[in-house]
Amino acid sequence: MKRIFLVALTLFTSLTTTSAFSAETVNIYSFRQPFLIEPILEQFTAETGIKTKVVFSKKGLIERLKREGKYSPADVVLTSNFNKLLQLKGEGLTQEIKSEQIDKNVPSQFRDEAGHWVALTKRARSLYVSKSSTLNTSTISYEDLSGEALSGKVCTRSGKHPYNLGLIASMIAHHGEAETETWLKGVKANLARKPQGNDRGQVKAIKEGLCEVSLGNSYYYGKMLTDENQKPWADAVNLVFPNQDNRGTHINVSGAVLTKYAPNKANAETLIAYLVGKSAQEQYASVNMEYPVNPSVKPSEMVLSWGEFKEDNISLTEVAKYREQALQLVDKVKFDL
Amino acid sequence: MHLKFNRLTSASAFLALLIALPIFALLFTATTETGQSFEHIRDTVLADYIINTVLLMTLVGIIVTLIGVPLAWLIACCEFTGKHLFNWALVLPLAMPGYLIAYTYTDLLDYAGPLQTFLRNTFGWSSPDDYWFFEIRSLGGAAAMLSLVLFPYVYLMAKANFLNQNASLTLAARTLGYSPLKSFFSVSLPIAKNAIVAAISLVLMETIADFATVYYFAVNTLTTAVYDTWLGYYDLASAAKISMLMIVGVFALIILEHKTNKRGKDSNSAKMSVQPLSYKLTGRQNVFAFLFCSLIFVLGFAVPALTLLSYAIDYYQDVWSMDVIMYAWNSTYIAIAVAVISLLISLVINVSLRENKSLANKSWFNLANMGYAVPGTVLAIAVIIPFSGLDHWLNSTAESFDLEAPGLILSGTVVAIIFTHIVRFAAVANNNIKTNFQQLNKSYDWAAKSLGAKPNRLFRQVHWPLLKRSALVAGLLIFVESMKELPAALLLRPFDFETLPTYVFQFASDEQLEQAALGAILIVIVGLIPLIFINRSIEQKQN
Repeated sequence: MKRIFLVALTLFTSLTTTSAFSAETVNIYSFRQPFLIEPILEQFTAETGIKTKVVFSKKGLIERLKREGKYSPADVVLTSNFNKLLQLKGEGLTQEIKSEQIDKNVPSQFRDEAGHWVALTKRARSLYVSKSSTLNTSTISYEDLSGEALSGKVCTRSGKHPYNLGLIASMIAHHGEAETETWLKGVKANLARKPQGNDRGQVKAIKEGLCEVSLGNSYYYGKMLTDENQKPWADAVNLVFPNQDNRGTHINVSGAVLTKYAPNKANAETLIAYLVGKSAQEQYASVNMEYPVNPSVKPSEMVLSWGEFKEDNISLTEVAKYREQALQLVDKVKFDL
Repeated sequence: MHLKFNRLTSASAFLALLIALPIFALLFTATTETGQSFEHIRDTVLADYIINTVLLMTLVGIIVTLIGVPLAWLIACCEFTGKHLFNWALVLPLAMPGYLIAYTYTDLLDYAGPLQTFLRNTFGWSSPDDYWFFEIRSLGGAAAMLSLVLFPYVYLMAKANFLNQNASLTLAARTLGYSPLKSFFSVSLPIAKNAIVAAISLVLMETIADFATVYYFAVNTLTTAVYDTWLGYYDLASAAKISMLMIVGVFALIILEHKTNKRGKDSNSAKMSVQPLSYKLTGRQNVFAFLFCSLIFVLGFAVPALTLLSYAIDYYQDVWSMDVIMYAWNSTYIAIAVAVISLLISLVINVSLRENKSLANKSWFNLANMGYAVPGTVLAIAVIIPFSGLDHWLNSTAESFDLEAPGLILSGTVVAIIFTHIVRFAAVANNNIKTNFQQLNKSYDWAAKSLGAKPNRLFRQVHWPLLKRSALVAGLLIFVESMKELPAALLLRPFDFETLPTYVFQFASDEQLEQAALGAILIVIVGLIPLIFINRSIEQKQN
């Protein structure tokens, strides 16, 4: 019986698997597109000799990881927002990352208390305002998006996108659910068109005169400025950091976790520590135009030229508590419909 | 084909259950795990989603019929300028994935696109307030896009039927004084009805399962609800519940199709001369036929394909690498495996159904069709559930034998991708073969059996030669569908494994269509080759 089983298994395995266990490998499930992280991973391999293998998907990787359980080949999950980091931890799919380097390089509000996740980059949920707008951009706030002055002038992507959900959750954290619902209704009433497209698409719409203000992550400004086709869109707007008079601009992070059953744990820890180290942080800053989490690394020249701003310092764990309520509100006010 | 017919029903049952396994896993999840968010969605947005879904399906159903049936009749029964070109050219849109045509038309038709820019420059308009232009990102736009790439199903199946029809029936009607139009509506169309209904139901199942196109156009349908509950509310159980709602919709379609089929049964049994019917169109009719065919071809294929081609040429240097050939090969061998296996499964199920139209056999048939309506990502998860379960069992068994645990050998492998595609596209083979099988009069079977032919021989010497072509067509259609399919490959693939759609997606999802164009063009090209075969094989069928 044992022999039959073994033969069948060997035959089948030789047909299907590429082994997850290899001395110098680290396996990554990535929510971020390969072309964003490839240069950094290549550099990592060049410096450490550890090869990286990636599966990229924007959807479903957490479910896959969960179902694979203790046999999962994945060592590291890279996410593009903090909600996924907290979901991974919440579902018990992570373990503590032990690294002095990480503790040294990453301020504590950007790491999990128990060490189950680490933020890699920061981005501001900023406003893009048409250069022809007469709004006073130095005092503008998220709250103003529901004001009468912006009636029919606001564009955004789906309210259910993690970046917007993060913002709405932070509104609930600051103002409570009832007030946030009123605000969200107001924003919906002010929309120039049904939520659609991505953050860049909204800036394009401003350029086209469809709207005056849009919500968008900060790094897209740099991405557009360096893309020949999209530069005209970026040239039509100013990047504005809202709520500078009070709590500061909402911050989202991309990050990494070490999976609970990581087969290549040591390599995975080396990778995560590398990602918050100087050279990777510099690459994130210069290639992706994001804000480094490592305070010893400066943002890129271009990002610095957008000016300094006050960040909303509320803890991400606190904001994440209201994520589901935020989603329910989006459905309740039929924001996307 | 060496099949023992007494074992056929059990083989059929086994295969149908295997295909339905992921759906059962989903159903099990839907009923055993408690989901909180279903109630919330039901009380807030579900009604809108259902209305949108029904509207979208209705629109797509109407448009594909209005495009597909007249085209099929023109090509099958008329002579006009360009007919031989259009004959195969009209199949080509099927190689174009819905999401790609949506991306290209949005680029062309939105405010900054060339058409509106041209209009503004010509008429001196300067802002969106100066004129009205239809919004491509809308329910109507989504219906138009899906119809443009899905109508070939109706075209192909209706054309095959028109070509197979007995011309003497129409000629009789004409002799009795019916106009060509009237004889079309009173003779040809009723005979073709089964095939057309089967084609439309395939189209509608594709529509209900579409996510990429409606998502891009910000049209919220039931697929949106499934994704929201699962990925937003982290509530797979509620997502499974909504998927079940969609499967119920598909059952309604199947029942509807079944009802029409029943009424039209054996309507084409008088098969004597197979002289093809042919009206020669002249003058205005000729021009109209030519323009109609051109319009559909240009909209459904030429415009998106040329747009992609021009992007591919412009960005050639940025994106070209030998890797793309590797991705094309990955897609191709997956598609071949999917087509061959689906076809074999479908033949077993169909032969069994023909042999014995018992309720059990009918159920197996319908069971094997359900996967077609489930959105790809949901189906991928549905596959992970039993596959990872099996993997865990294999590993613990290995460990109990003191062997090294082999890791995951099913989930997260190419096997999982192929299986998911089979579950999704078995319905294409089933419906195609069933329609053609029904056209073979039962008297063949009785004649062969009364001459002492064993079931085995009946299949090899009578059924298979007559079914061969439709089986080939079904196989090729599945190949094309599998080439285009994104979600299963995206979610279930092994490390560093790309297919053409996953490669295209990583750029297209970031609205960098230009970078994705080369891969997109390859999807279309690889899909074109079998499509031309399909068409030729339908041609030859009539001879």
